[in-house]
Amino acid sequence: MMASRKEGTGSATPSSSSTSGPAGKGKGKGGSGDSAVKQVQIDGLVVLKIIKHYQEEGQGTEVVQGVLLGLVVEDRLEITNCFPFPQHTEDDADFDEVQYQMEMMRSLRHVNIDHLHVGWYQSTYYGSFVTRALLDSQFSYQHAIEESVVLIYDPIKTAQGSLSLKAYRLTPKLMEVCKEKDFSPEALKKGNITFEHMFEEVPIVIKNSHLINVLMWELEKKSAVADKHELLSLASSNHLGKNLQLLMDRVDEMSQDIVKYNTYMRNTSKQQQQKHQYQQRRQQENMQRQSRGEPPLPEEDLSKLFKPPQPPARMDSLLIAGQINTYCQNIKEFTAQNLGKLFMAQALQEYNN
Amino acid sequence: MATPTVPASAPPAAPAPATAAAPASASAPAPASPTAPAPAQTPAQSLPGPALPGPFPGGRVVRLHPVILASIVDSYERRNEGAARVIGTLLGTVDKHSVEVTNCFSVPHNESEDEVAVDMEFAKNMYELHKKVSPNELILGWYATGHDITEHSVLIHEYYSREAPNPIHLTVDTSLQNGRMSIKAYVSTLMGVPGRTMGVMFTPLTVKYAYYDTERIGVDLIMKTCFSPNRVIGLSSDLQQVGGASARIQDALSTVLQYAEDVLSGKVSADNTVGRFLMSLVNQVPKIVPDDFETMLNSNINDLLMVTYLANLTQSQIALNEKLVNL
Repeated sequence: MMASRKEGTGSATPSSSSTSGPAGKGKGKGGSGDSAVKQVQIDGLVVLKIIKHYQEEGQGTEVVQGVLLGLVVEDRLEITNCFPFPQHTEDDADFDEVQYQMEMMRSLRHVNIDHLHVGWYQSTYYGSFVTRALLDSQFSYQHAIEESVVLIYDPIKTAQGSLSLKAYRLTPKLMEVCKEKDFSPEALKKGNITFEHMFEEVPIVIKNSHLINVLMWELEKKSAVADKHELLSLASSNHLGKNLQLLMDRVDEMSQDIVKYNTYMRNTSKQQQQKHQYQQRRQQENMQRQSRGEPPLPEEDLSKLFKPPQPPARMDSLLIAGQINTYCQNIKEFTAQNLGKLFMAQALQEYNN
Repeated sequence: MATPTVPASAPPAAPAPATAAAPASASAPAPASPTAPAPAQTPAQSLPGPALPGPFPGGRVVRLHPVILASIVDSYERRNEGAARVIGTLLGTVDKHSVEVTNCFSVPHNESEDEVAVDMEFAKNMYELHKKVSPNELILGWYATGHDITEHSVLIHEYYSREAPNPIHLTVDTSLQNGRMSIKAYVSTLMGVPGRTMGVMFTPLTVKYAYYDTERIGVDLIMKTCFSPNRVIGLSSDLQQVGGASARIQDALSTVLQYAEDVLSGKVSADNTVGRFLMSLVNQVPKIVPDDFETMLNSNINDLLMVTYLANLTQSQIALNEKLVNL
């Protein structure tokens, strides 16, 4: 559903024509297999808006989504504004979404806000965002607009003390595979895709204009000092526990997937053996018949007798592997931080005694 | 065709003490109304009488979120050629004690010496769109950049009183007069002799800033661009963040130490409240028997190391799996 919406807007809005202009160089670079976007530059305003959107509308495990607006400058993607998307509550969401998006962008154009679609953002729950839906949406976005990215905002990690915002794109290799829509094991092997090469992370920088800097100074003068320093809190086992739980679930899924694949392999090899045996018997019989002077039996179509089993879709296991990888990365980061904090606490205690 | 709305005699209301009774501009029952030059914009209707403001709903405090101010500054930077200021609508919620402004959007408008025209259709449309995302937000008032309240502000304020009961007017001084970007909020009150022409005066309100926790963290990060030469910062990695936070605490501690030394050397007179805070600060570090602490520390470290080991193991497992499958 999401994919269809974005295809529609990609062709309808003038953004597709604009990408051919400044991104001509992008396409040139894209041809060499290199990624067209080396850096993502975000305005402070966008960060605040994303935070606010999640805070107000996204409690619980629902993801909140929205559209990013901006422009492409050489190999940098500048994101200058964004607007949120309503949640999927009604059933006529399809019509609503496209309409909503068109209206929004038209209105924003009136007030001189960049109305070029350059990507979308999504919040995530403990880092679980590597899903089929995300892949599809990002593919249709990247297909329509070469430089688009998906921003993943992790509110729980942010609440722990530091902003967690990451920009991802699909690698060119994965784009190729998705275009073919062929997810069989052979195609993936040909494309040489491993789970590490599915998404590439693009470094983010935050940039503010001078006037916004002035505003920041004003705010700093006027607002009270934060009295909570979450980042240095030692009570973190809850968070770690949840992360591990999700990881375990994924590993379970993965093992099921592996079992399925193994069964498939076993079935295929058994079938091969059976085919072989059948052929041999045929040949023997034919030789016997020949020796007795009878006409040989006709060759039968082996493929009809032995239908090859369906190969399982490899995409899901790739996704699961990618997700497990992300979880592991998050966990390692988290434990590194906690170790640091524990050592600091130890130093404080030693000094005290 | 365009008639001036107001007898432009009195100076705009100074935001200073409410007793300074300079009327902003007499306007309300003025029979003449300006016509909008462009057909796409709704012309001002003459009001039968002033919108009677009830008691201000929610005390006299306005709580702003930083995202609003950033949005206002951004739309100011993108204003059309020749426009001196931008205006827009404020959205948010009202509760018993205060009014909380959580969202805003800018509205195109044309302003010249004699007339002002605001695209109210646009404003309505945008509000509908915004309502789809956040159904709880109401129109609370409007904002304008610029230093003063002008006569046109009064008119625009009237437009908005049709949308919201007792709208708030927010000014953000982007022209940086007095070297500061002053942010002020007003509500309009009637003044004048009852029974005769009533005037409208803007009375100031207290502005406070409200932050969600995550917003505070976001603002802290964004604020760092003030210190970098080309106003660009990257997002830092895990240990860097811990380092940064501890550096901040270190700074805070050195300020406190400096104060303590000043008091000891007699430069600053001692203050008991601060003394009590210092006492509780020092006592925050829990006194634990060293052996117990050692055990706690070790078990925690062991947990973390085990988790790291398992995570690494999992990663190598899936890498292996990948290789095997692709054989």
